[in-house]
Amino acid sequence: MSGARPPLVTPPTPSEASLSRRRFIRLVGGGIIVLFNADLSDLMGQETRTRGYPTDFNAYLRIAADGRVTVYSGKIEMGQGVVTSLAQMAADELAVPLGSIDMVMGDTALCPFDNGTYGSMSTRFFGPALRAAAAEAKAVLVELASERLKAPKETLRAVDGAVVSASDPKVRVTFGELANGQKIVRALDGKAVPKSVAEFRLMGKPTKRLDARAKVTGKAAYAGDVRLPGMLYAKVLRPPAHGAVMKSVDTSAAARVTGAVVVNEGGLVAILAPDPEAAEKALAAVKAEWDVPKPAFDDRTVFDHLLKSGGAGQESGRKGDLAEGEKSSVFLFEGKYLNGYGAHAAMETHTALARLENGTMTVWNSTQTPFPNQAAIAQAIGFEKENVRVITPFVGGGFGGKSGGGQQAIEAAKLAKAAGKPVQVCWSRAEEFFFDAFRPAAVVKIRSGLDAQGRISLWDYQVYAAGSRGAEQFYDVPHNLMRTYGRWGGDSPKMHLFATGPWRAPGANLNVFARESHLDVMAAKAKADPLEFRLRNTSDGRMRSVLEAAAARFGWKKAAGPSGRGVGIACGIDAGTYVALVAEVKVDAASGRIRVVRIACAQDMGVVINPDGATMQMEGCIMMGLGYALTEEVRFEGGRILTKNFDTYEIPKFSMMPVLDTVLVKNDELSPQGGGEPALVPVGAAIANAVFDATGARLAEMPMTPDRVKAALAAVRRPGTPP
Amino acid sequence: MKDSVSFRLNGRPVQLDVDPERSLLWVLRTDLGLTGTKFGCGESLCGACTVVIGREAVRSCLLPVKAVRGKDVTTIEGLEKNGKLHPLQEAFAETGGLQCGFCTPGMIMNAYALLLKNPKPSRPQIVAGMEDNLCRCAAHHRIVQAIEKAAAGGAS
Repeated sequence: MSGARPPLVTPPTPSEASLSRRRFIRLVGGGIIVLFNADLSDLMGQETRTRGYPTDFNAYLRIAADGRVTVYSGKIEMGQGVVTSLAQMAADELAVPLGSIDMVMGDTALCPFDNGTYGSMSTRFFGPALRAAAAEAKAVLVELASERLKAPKETLRAVDGAVVSASDPKVRVTFGELANGQKIVRALDGKAVPKSVAEFRLMGKPTKRLDARAKVTGKAAYAGDVRLPGMLYAKVLRPPAHGAVMKSVDTSAAARVTGAVVVNEGGLVAILAPDPEAAEKALAAVKAEWDVPKPAFDDRTVFDHLLKSGGAGQESGRKGDLAEGEKSSVFLFEGKYLNGYGAHAAMETHTALARLENGTMTVWNSTQTPFPNQAAIAQAIGFEKENVRVITPFVGGGFGGKSGGGQQAIEAAKLAKAAGKPVQVCWSRAEEFFFDAFRPAAVVKIRSGLDAQGRISLWDYQVYAAGSRGAEQFYDVPHNLMRTYGRWGGDSPKMHLFATGPWRAPGANLNVFARESHLDVMAAKAKADPLEFRLRNTSDGRMRSVLEAAAARFGWKKAAGPSGRGVGIACGIDAGTYVALVAEVKVDAASGRIRVVRIACAQDMGVVINPDGATMQMEGCIMMGLGYALTEEVRFEGGRILTKNFDTYEIPKFSMMPVLDTVLVKNDELSPQGGGEPALVPVGAAIANAVFDATGARLAEMPMTPDRVKAALAAVRRPGTPP
Repeated sequence: MKDSVSFRLNGRPVQLDVDPERSLLWVLRTDLGLTGTKFGCGESLCGACTVVIGREAVRSCLLPVKAVRGKDVTTIEGLEKNGKLHPLQEAFAETGGLQCGFCTPGMIMNAYALLLKNPKPSRPQIVAGMEDNLCRCAAHHRIVQAIEKAAAGGAS
């Protein structure tokens, strides 16, 4: 693509990349377009190397003749607020008003490849690429302006969407004027220097959500809100239990229902109708027989199963010698911590609308992973990937649950192909609970020791099925070992009856619950204040500062537990961010109910791009955390999911709101770290520790339901057991 | 069996030829093309489908459309007047009482009915009134603040 000027840097162009690039430029039209060409593998770390992240072009930015700037990002907006923070970054680096940015996200035809929106990585990893692209675009504009205004570059500066002479403000040209009639494609070499924190104009400032107006008026479109002429709504025949195999199916009665179209495509049996209720009615007339296997475990026996099926463990963090650690300990401790399966339960169920037109399958899809879904759809329907386009409108919550294989999108695409009409698949809540890739049930076993000085002398950590995230050691332990058995991804089929997957801060919620509960058990034995015990045992400066900040905000008063007051503290590291949280609870012994009265949380996430957005994420994490800590658990028996809707899967409600205090600990020395998950990880442990402080009872299984609380209270009241 | 169903929707009369047993939710979302009202659970448990009928907040997912014959139905699309947001919408946007936004129309409609009946609710009254509307992003604190803000400004 040659314009008024040739590209200043010619990148190596693998054929697929250049094809996509030509298509992209044709789709978006003229203007100044910046492609990011630097090798992102350092930024993306292991992820890129294992999954083949293309290094050719990774950020798109277009400046149009009307001065508007379009940012193309393969990331998606699911509530976490990157539609705003990414726009802030682009506007700031480019020196344009925030209002002149348009965001195009999660569209495989327009946006640069992206593995998916998860792991609190958008700001950390896509952010720097976008900022560099915007900084580069600004450099191109200043160069163009220098020619246009016949003034040396050094005498010009970019301000508010225009390039202006530093000596004479009347000598100026707008970005729109510079872009007008141009077709400049600039491939970035990674040399542009983004702003330092001191130069931030929009970044670092609390900024209102750019999607708020669309969302409060009902105009924000989600996958299920797209309407196409002639579209049909599908209801799919589902098995009664996981592992069930269809023996026979009779769709003849359903086929007689007026307006209903029966599709039976290689095991995918569905009814299509002009509205979903008609499809539902006809589906009820389908007769199917199933072989239902008897699985070896249910929701109560799963933990023993996990302990047996974890296989050989993977060692990490080995330091010192465990036997030596044991010898140097005056007290030894053993603990076992449990957590059942958890559901993502986003308010929007998995939904997709597929349309086949002129050989291209377009799928509007509620997903966190549009590009991997594009490939999966293409494979499922036998199309070239280039002939499948995934468009991701607003996503109605994800939490990791929409980062799976795109089953709903594949179903919609197959049905649209079979029917020759656009087809929407919108899962019912029961389907959502059945096909969710649950947070795996998991077990942590800890053996630890304390020396005569009250320092941790031994830490022997074993985790089954949760993975090691959040379990990395930051306490100063001379004799340390972690062993990880099974993973929630690849080993799922071996360990679980159904799909398991990442659930917001995957694994870390249980790992932090286990470690921080266990820390408190040790602190109590040492008759130490839990905060002081943690500070005594870690020299990590960032951890100390968040612990002290959370305690200060809460008004922490020193006391060894159980003090009867009902306060607990816990801390952790997630996505590069340090977080500490203090909870205050009241425990009703008669009902077993835990009421979380107050929470103070402090977080060090490096440079903060949008303090308002970051605080909202902290608040959401904490409130959501009350659910995994207190109420949320998937029940199942015989491969059947007994949890089918919100009456049996209780997510946090208004009446559970504690008084909430959040602190962002300033750390501008560090680049922006993750924000979407960290504050979630200490919630369970802080509550369990507060319950112990209130009652002397130790809860070692989440969720801490009334029954489990009553059992734990009964255990401390037994004769011979200390209160 | 289709039949004629007439009611007022966002201040305007509508007449539909529709199976009267179908839910108001899906009639809104398909026949009428008003997609602001959301499907969340299908069993009146989450509140994403909340609309206001007369002055009452009602879950539209289990309500047959025949039940609104002759009634006044307000959906999220009916709150904005002449391009001006309703104070509740303004307050939700201002305070950040939303994240993914999927529960937001139902939250706002439930709060709208709450303020119609009780223009100056206390915080416990707001919590009790909003209790059965679910928000998975857990924006509860700011939703309550938004309702308080709108009420303080005299929204109804």
